Amino acid sequence: MSPELILALLAATVQAGTPILYATLGEIISERAGVLNLGVEGIMALSSFAGFLGCHLTGSAWLGLAAGGLAGALLAGLHGVVCQVFLGNQVVSGLALTIFGVGLCNFLGTPYIGQATDGFHQFAVPLLADLPILGRIFFRQDALVYLSFLMPALVWFLLWRTSFGLGLRAAGEMPAAASAAGLNPQRLRFLGVLLGGLLCGLGGAYLSLAHTNLWTTGLSGGRGWVAVALVIFAFWRPGRAVAGAYLFGGVMAFQLRLQASGTNVPSSLLLMLPYVLTVLVLVLSAARAQSARRRGILGRKSAAPAALGVNIESVG
Amino acid sequence: MGWGAPVVYLCALALSLGLCALMLILAGKPALGGLFMLFRGAFGQGHSLLDALIKAIPIFLCSLGVALCFRMQIWNIGAEGQFALGAVGATWAALTFGTLPGVVLLPQMFLSALVLGALWGLIPAVLRLRLGVNEIISSLMLNYVGILVLEYLVFGAWKDPASFGFPMTSEFPPAALIARIWPGWLGKLHWGLIACPLAGVAYSVFLNRTRLGFELAACGEGERVARYARLPYGFLVLLVMGLGGALSGLAGSIETSATLGRLQPTLMVGYGYTAIVVAWLARLKPWPIAFTAFLLAALRVGVEAMQLELQIPAAFGQIMEGAILLCVLAGQFFLAYSVSLKRPRTGPPAQVAEARP
Repeated sequence: MSPELILALLAATVQAGTPILYATLGEIISERAGVLNLGVEGIMALSSFAGFLGCHLTGSAWLGLAAGGLAGALLAGLHGVVCQVFLGNQVVSGLALTIFGVGLCNFLGTPYIGQATDGFHQFAVPLLADLPILGRIFFRQDALVYLSFLMPALVWFLLWRTSFGLGLRAAGEMPAAASAAGLNPQRLRFLGVLLGGLLCGLGGAYLSLAHTNLWTTGLSGGRGWVAVALVIFAFWRPGRAVAGAYLFGGVMAFQLRLQASGTNVPSSLLLMLPYVLTVLVLVLSAARAQSARRRGILGRKSAAPAALGVNIESVG
Repeated sequence: MGWGAPVVYLCALALSLGLCALMLILAGKPALGGLFMLFRGAFGQGHSLLDALIKAIPIFLCSLGVALCFRMQIWNIGAEGQFALGAVGATWAALTFGTLPGVVLLPQMFLSALVLGALWGLIPAVLRLRLGVNEIISSLMLNYVGILVLEYLVFGAWKDPASFGFPMTSEFPPAALIARIWPGWLGKLHWGLIACPLAGVAYSVFLNRTRLGFELAACGEGERVARYARLPYGFLVLLVMGLGGALSGLAGSIETSATLGRLQPTLMVGYGYTAIVVAWLARLKPWPIAFTAFLLAALRVGVEAMQLELQIPAAFGQIMEGAILLCVLAGQFFLAYSVSLKRPRTGPPAQVAEARP
């Protein structure tokens, strides 16, 4: 492999990892608030279409992005209503959301298949793009990639350095205590779900606005589920989500490159890679968590939020 | 409960029908006409009911398998992949022992489908028990992998040389095909139907009449409860995931042998996901599962009719399934809680309120 090829592959890694990064961060917010949202795949599917349609109708990539984010928040809001207001089972509601969202994307999106989008374009950041290796990998990307560099820090700041974030995490750890402290855990959870859906929606919109410039259905292709798995890998921490997202971006970029190079490895085997990797990553993080627990290093601090998936029954 | 449940289900159905009408309008199609077409396609003619019954067979079997796992709060959503592996197992037997007579060959096919399906279901179970890996995601990921295994085989080693490049195996020998019950009257309805009452009876006998079934229900209260009560939690997880996988695998083999007669990727139409919707809507009980499986199969038939007449994407059925499930989930709130319309008192503490005349 020539150095040039490796650099191209790494740049593609960042690109492929970006939508997963947005979605993982979104799911971290939602789960930190105590709501397991298994609808990420459906949210990403629907907002990839919303992003395309917004851009298609208005001609502006940014309005498309807004449409994608909005669609994500709306669909997540549905999950919030079912689980927070009507106390439905979070696992089943999330699955229903995925079926619903993917269905909506296919139903509404099929007539537009093959339409070109004028989405986000890559541009070089002045000065930074001239850095020796990093410039080529990180700073000749599109605006959404640059935005994604800031996102983990933003999410971290929101969750750990604001009183809103403190309340949000309290609602996910111990809603009764949050309630006793005068907070409204239900409202905080709902906001967490909406915010998480918004970020997942940005990830979905990235797929249709930057990742490809020809609209087709099925763009999400399991990335939403990868994001759900990466939240566990990241121990519910935004910083670690970056590593996970780029790991998957790397595998996806590698597999695409290999397919394009006309290898004689069957494409079905190559397509399997990200899914098998997801299981491996889960196994790895489970094993590490287990050994850390055994040695007593890992306290409650970096494990799952205590009230994750548990609905708040008492109103008030 | 009493009359509450039917009302909730009907309201949920009405709400999701309304939503679907909205979708039709968004897509620029006649809303009422479309829904009418859906009903006529699903229930209008004799053959549409038969079609629904044929589609209900794999949905019912997968759904039983899923429900068994859901009973003990093991979230097996891998029915789709287990179905694919069952189809692969049956095809392997049909292509390898194709010269044997049907009495030997068919059981051979079912057996390998059961085994492969069960093994595919056991992977997430073992990972969960040994390492605590979340079975929701691992079983779902294995869906993608299972479908790709199927594709790998039909695009590669098993591809029919005479198929002009289409990804499909050669046709199964006649001995490997499940016969139709009464072609003159019952159309394509096949003997695979027999598996449904057998599996259904086995399901309810196991749950209601055996010690293990009782313990399984107790494990549904949660892993800690089960371990505290010294129930064989680990064994039961392996059992339900294995049995669930085997049932989905069986569905895959029946579908391959009876309706396609060869293996090809068009086999995978999402029965495994519909099965999850069915299991939950039917609250994991066998009779309701049978009924709901038939209804959702009829919905698929209706959508197919709409697809032809209105040029609507097949995903319309998915939207309906998702919408019905979401509405029912929300509606179940009204069954579990009584809703009073009194405003909660705010402000004055209790004793102040009591002091008033």
